[in-house]
Amino acid sequence: MNLLPIILIDGITFASWLFLVSAGITFIFGVLRILNVAHGSLYAIGAYLGASFVLQLATEQQRSWITIPLLLLAAVVVALTLGPLIERLFLRRAYGQDEVIALLTTFALFLILEDVVRLIWGIAPYIIDGPFRMWGRTRVAGIAFANYSFLLTAISILAGLMLWLVIHHTSFGRQVTCVISDREMANALGINVPRIDLMAFALGTFLAALGGAFTAPTMSVEPGMGVSVIVLAFAVVAIGGLGSIGGAALGCIIVGVARAAAVHLFPEIELFVIYALMVAVLLWRPQGLFGEIELRKI
Amino acid sequence: MSATATNPAGRIAAIAALAVLAALPLILSDWIVFLIALALAKGAVVLGVVLLLRAGLISFGHALYFAAGAYTVGFLANKFDIGEALVGLPLATAISAAVAATLGLLLARFRGIYFAMLSLALSMILYTALAKFYDFSGGTDGLSIRGFTLAGVAPGNPGLVQYYLILALTAVVAFVCARFVASPTGYLTQAVRYNEIRIEYLGASASHAIWSSYVLSGAISGLGGALVAYLVGHVSPDFSYWVYSGDFVFVAVLGGTGSVLAPFVGSIAFEFVKNYAVKFSPHTWQLTLGVFLLLVIYFQPQGLWQLIPHLRARQPEAPP
Repeated sequence: MNLLPIILIDGITFASWLFLVSAGITFIFGVLRILNVAHGSLYAIGAYLGASFVLQLATEQQRSWITIPLLLLAAVVVALTLGPLIERLFLRRAYGQDEVIALLTTFALFLILEDVVRLIWGIAPYIIDGPFRMWGRTRVAGIAFANYSFLLTAISILAGLMLWLVIHHTSFGRQVTCVISDREMANALGINVPRIDLMAFALGTFLAALGGAFTAPTMSVEPGMGVSVIVLAFAVVAIGGLGSIGGAALGCIIVGVARAAAVHLFPEIELFVIYALMVAVLLWRPQGLFGEIELRKI
Repeated sequence: MSATATNPAGRIAAIAALAVLAALPLILSDWIVFLIALALAKGAVVLGVVLLLRAGLISFGHALYFAAGAYTVGFLANKFDIGEALVGLPLATAISAAVAATLGLLLARFRGIYFAMLSLALSMILYTALAKFYDFSGGTDGLSIRGFTLAGVAPGNPGLVQYYLILALTAVVAFVCARFVASPTGYLTQAVRYNEIRIEYLGASASHAIWSSYVLSGAISGLGGALVAYLVGHVSPDFSYWVYSGDFVFVAVLGGTGSVLAPFVGSIAFEFVKNYAVKFSPHTWQLTLGVFLLLVIYFQPQGLWQLIPHLRARQPEAPP
């Protein structure tokens, strides 16, 4: 049996899932210079809210088209509520402080959000497989693949395109680019930097929640689901170079295909491969594939 | 961090703290003694994190050494039937130091957030290895450690013996670190945080200073892990998980970087807060810890150590 097409499909599926989470991390880092440890929790909250929406509003017709806009709505709601709230109340105090303070602020948020999720949704898993099942399966190389995975890939590509369009072809995007290259100068030119920070964080949150909401149908949504995601996403953004969205995309594909190959050829080393890849890439290029070299001050 | 344990006031404070801690088992109940022993052993790991924080480096993967030390003891007890602390502890320290010396060569090239992320990745490599290779490491079940002996004697009251063992060894660790901090390499490490290029203009090597700190840091963290393994009697892959590393950095900031004794103050405070958070709000103890951490960051960013005014070490002002 030819494993190559299977490995590629599995790899791309995994990569598209991973991209939704890591694009947000790398974008937030690019603008705010903060590595958001709580990003996995935002992903989990997106999944929970998506599952709740589908269970509450589409009880009878879980297998209908209506679930797609519902999942999208969940991501928008998370982005518009939690995003600004976290940025305003917590992150804003950490700007310009020691790196360790910024990192620990988001670590504290991670601890808090993990319990908030348990308080709101309890510890019983939520299962909404209607949206997953309604798309059916396709046989490729003798193996049945869920069409929902292909939908996930399409969503991931759309999200990537949207991000690219927003950054390169909107006024907001140009202002973001300004803020990234020089905050002070951007401020002096009349750009409302705190507002850009807020919107950038909300956009990153949207991507995390989108990833969570659309992953919800493929798995049982349960506590702790954001904990392991975050380190995977860190590996991806480190490989791609922090702050680079193109890098994150390439990192996802590398990690996705490598993991799929490991799963099919040497299942024991599945996760090991991902971290080993990250170490190897950083050895070769300490700033990641597309990272910028930071100049040292004298 | 100034060398508290090598200045006269600090030395007196350290000896007084040691005397108080040594007397505690006489008056306090067993569970508190256990908690303090656990806090002191973990404090050694936190001190390892603090040594690197002095250079401005965040080791977000220090659970690696914690787990390396703990699993050394676990393997000895399970595969070789050796529960002897006089074998396990030096071996755990040596293995952790060797791992740190190797990985340090790699990590000393990295700064800032990349140092944190690479440390994280390395600790997760150990985590996945420990969790996956069941025959070798007991998988996610971990390993139990039975048959603790000290110098060939199986103590009647292992809890108490381990408390004094931990107290004595952490005192040694604190003293060694205080000497290191006050050494030329120690001062260089601190200078790395402020200006690395100037160090190199002076003819010294920033990478070497970082590497030395990293090896010492790894060694004492491995020792701390081994002590915890004997005390708790069980090791699991979670010891190497990133949340553990996060906790160590948390405690490092909680205690403060003002002295080699600060990590132990922070560690004891952390264990008690965690213990009571679990007791009084079993469903939201993580939330309580998170709020506690935010409060520390906002209102006491220099750590609990700075609350002790007379001991407050005169810190050199950071150059702009």
